[in-house]
Amino acid sequence: MDTTNNPEVVLSVRNMIKDFPIGQSSSKNSYMRAVNDVSFDLRKGEALAIVGESGSGKSTGARVLTRIYEKTGGDIIFKGKPLQQYIDDHGTLEYARQVQMIFQDPFGSLNPVHSIYHHIARPLLIHKRADKKVIDKLVYELLELVGLFPAVETAEKYPHELSGGQRQRVAIARALAVDPEVILADEPISMLDVSVRLGILNLMADLKDKHGISFMYITHDIATARYFAEKTAVMYVGHMVEWGNSDKVTQTPQHPYTQLLLSAVPEAGQSGRRELGAKKGEIPMWKPDTKGCPFSARCPRALDCCNESFPEVTQIADDHFIRCHNI
Amino acid sequence: MKEALLEINNLCVDYVSANGVARAVNNVSLTIAPGETLGIAGESGCGKSTLAFAITRLHKAPALISEGEIIYNGRDVLKMSDKELRDFRWNDVSIVFQSAMNSLNPVITIGEQLTDVIVAHKRISFKQAAVKAKELLGIVGIHGDRLKSFPHQLSGGMRQRVVIAIALALEPKLIIMDEPTTALDVVVEREILNELYDLKEKFGFSILFISHDLSLMGEIADRIGVMYAGNLIEIGDAKTVFSKPSHPYTKGLIASFPTIHGPKERLYGIPGDPVNLLRLPTGCNFQDRCADCMDICKKEDPLLAELNVDYHAACHKL
Repeated sequence: MDTTNNPEVVLSVRNMIKDFPIGQSSSKNSYMRAVNDVSFDLRKGEALAIVGESGSGKSTGARVLTRIYEKTGGDIIFKGKPLQQYIDDHGTLEYARQVQMIFQDPFGSLNPVHSIYHHIARPLLIHKRADKKVIDKLVYELLELVGLFPAVETAEKYPHELSGGQRQRVAIARALAVDPEVILADEPISMLDVSVRLGILNLMADLKDKHGISFMYITHDIATARYFAEKTAVMYVGHMVEWGNSDKVTQTPQHPYTQLLLSAVPEAGQSGRRELGAKKGEIPMWKPDTKGCPFSARCPRALDCCNESFPEVTQIADDHFIRCHNI
Repeated sequence: MKEALLEINNLCVDYVSANGVARAVNNVSLTIAPGETLGIAGESGCGKSTLAFAITRLHKAPALISEGEIIYNGRDVLKMSDKELRDFRWNDVSIVFQSAMNSLNPVITIGEQLTDVIVAHKRISFKQAAVKAKELLGIVGIHGDRLKSFPHQLSGGMRQRVVIAIALALEPKLIIMDEPTTALDVVVEREILNELYDLKEKFGFSILFISHDLSLMGEIADRIGVMYAGNLIEIGDAKTVFSKPSHPYTKGLIASFPTIHGPKERLYGIPGDPVNLLRLPTGCNFQDRCADCMDICKKEDPLLAELNVDYHAACHKL
C-alpha cells in the first residue's frame, strides 16, 4: 500500500471475523459468519465509508470495533498496539473513550428521562474529563460546537423537546465530550428528515477536517459516502469486495457488485426501465465453512473458481483495491 | 390537458388534539390525469401521507377533513355513502402502504390475503379468486407456489411485490403509493421500479407517488408537487421542478441530496428544523429557514400562483 504523505493510521483492522451462533447445536455449521476477512486502515482526520445493503455486516463490524461484540478472529490494532494489549495497558475505559459511536436512531439513543445536560455531563464525569466546577462551561461549549444554540437553554431541555436533527447533534456532542480519536457513525442520518441530513454530514465533515477526528461512516447511500468520506469500502454479505479512494470506487467501479449497486441508484431525469447487470439470485447465508465469493450466484462475470475460493486482494490502481477473480 | 381522473380542491385535514388543532393538509388543490404519475415530495410531517389517506377517506380520528372536495370521475368522495365508499376503494383507487411488513397480516397466507380482496369486491367464488391470485403473483414476478407462504417467509422485496399485487387485484385506475420503496435496499428498489414501469405500461393506471427521495421522484414522476408544513408550495412538470425549482424550499431540498456523479462540492441543504404544526408562524411557514425572507413573508401567507402553464409556486419573491 502506498504510504506517501498519508496521515498516520489510527485504527487498523486485519482479517476481522465475527460469527454469531444460530440454532441450538454447537457444531461448526450452527454459526453464521456476519463479517469475514475484513481488513482496512483508518487514518487520522479521514473518513472511511462502509457501504452495503442491509445484512452486509457493516454495523456488526462497527460494533466489534467498539467492543459491543467480541471479535471471533483477526486483529484490531489501535494506535500501533493490538486491542488486547491496549486494554491491558490502559484499561477498557481508555479504549472506549477514544473509540466512540453514534447510532442510527437518535430517538432511541438518548434517555427520555434525563436532560440534555445530563447526557453531555455524564461521559465527562465518568471519564474524569472535568471536575464539577468547570463542567457547566464544557457542556455549553460542546453544545455550541455541534451547532445547538442557545446552549444554556438547550441543555435544560429533554430529548422529546428536540427535533430528530437536534437529537443527533446531542449524540455527536456526547461522543465528542470525551475527546475521541475515532467516531464510528452507524447510519447517522438515515432516520432524519431529508432537509437536516446535510447539516449533520457537514458538521461531521468539520469535526473531521478541523479537529482531526477519524470517522467510520456506515451507510447504505453511496452518494453520501462519496460526499463525506475520502475512502469508501463496499461490503457484500460480510465481505469487503471493493475499496479505496471514494471517487475511484464510485466513478470507476470495477467489482460487479459495486457496479450493480451504482446502476441501481435512482437519478432524476433518467426515467424508464433500467436493466440491472446481475442475475436474480438469493443472497447467501454465510457459514464458517462456506466457500467461494458471496456474489457468485448473482454475478454476470462468474467463473468456475468463484465457487471455490474468495479472491485475494488485487490493487487495480493507486488507492483502489478489489477482490474479484475476473478483473 | 386531459380530463382529470382525480381532482382535489382546497382540501384541509386537521388533527385535533388536546394541545390544539394541527392542520396537516392546508388548502391543497391538485389534479391527476389518467395514466399520469404525480409525485408528492416532502419531509416527514409535511402532510403527504395524510393527503394519501384522505383521498380514500381512510384517515382515522383525530384526523378530520374540515374543508374541500375530492372529485373522482365526477363524484365527490367526501359525499359518498358507506356503501359507495366501499365500492370506490380498491375498485377505483388502491393504496400501497410504506411498510409491507406492517400492511400484510402475519398469520394468514399471502394467497388468502389476495383472494380476500378479490372476493370482498367481486361476486366470484374462492376457487376463481385463487386462480386470479396466482395470476396476479405472476404479474409481479413471484412464482404461484408462493400463495401458500406466510409473509415472514418472503424477503422484503417480495413482500412489497405482494402488496403491489394486492393493489392491482381489481385493476384500479389510480394507485396511491406511499413511500413504496423506502424500506428497501437500492438494488431491490430498482427491481420494484422496473416492475412498476412494466405494469404501468400494461395497465395504464395513474400513480400518486409519495416519497421524500427527490432523485427517485425526478425519475419516476411526470409531475411533482412539493409540500411543506401542510401546504403545497410548488407543483409542475418533473423536469422543471427538479432542474429549475422556483421555491426556496424546493431549491434547498434538491441541494440536500449529494449526487453520485456530478461535481463534488460542499452542499448546504436547508438550515434549521422543520416547523411544528402546532406553532406555525404568521405568514409563510418557511420564513425561519429561508435566506430570502422579506417583511411581507412574516405577515402574509404566500398563495400558489401560476408562473407558467401548469406550473405553480407559492412564494412572495416570485
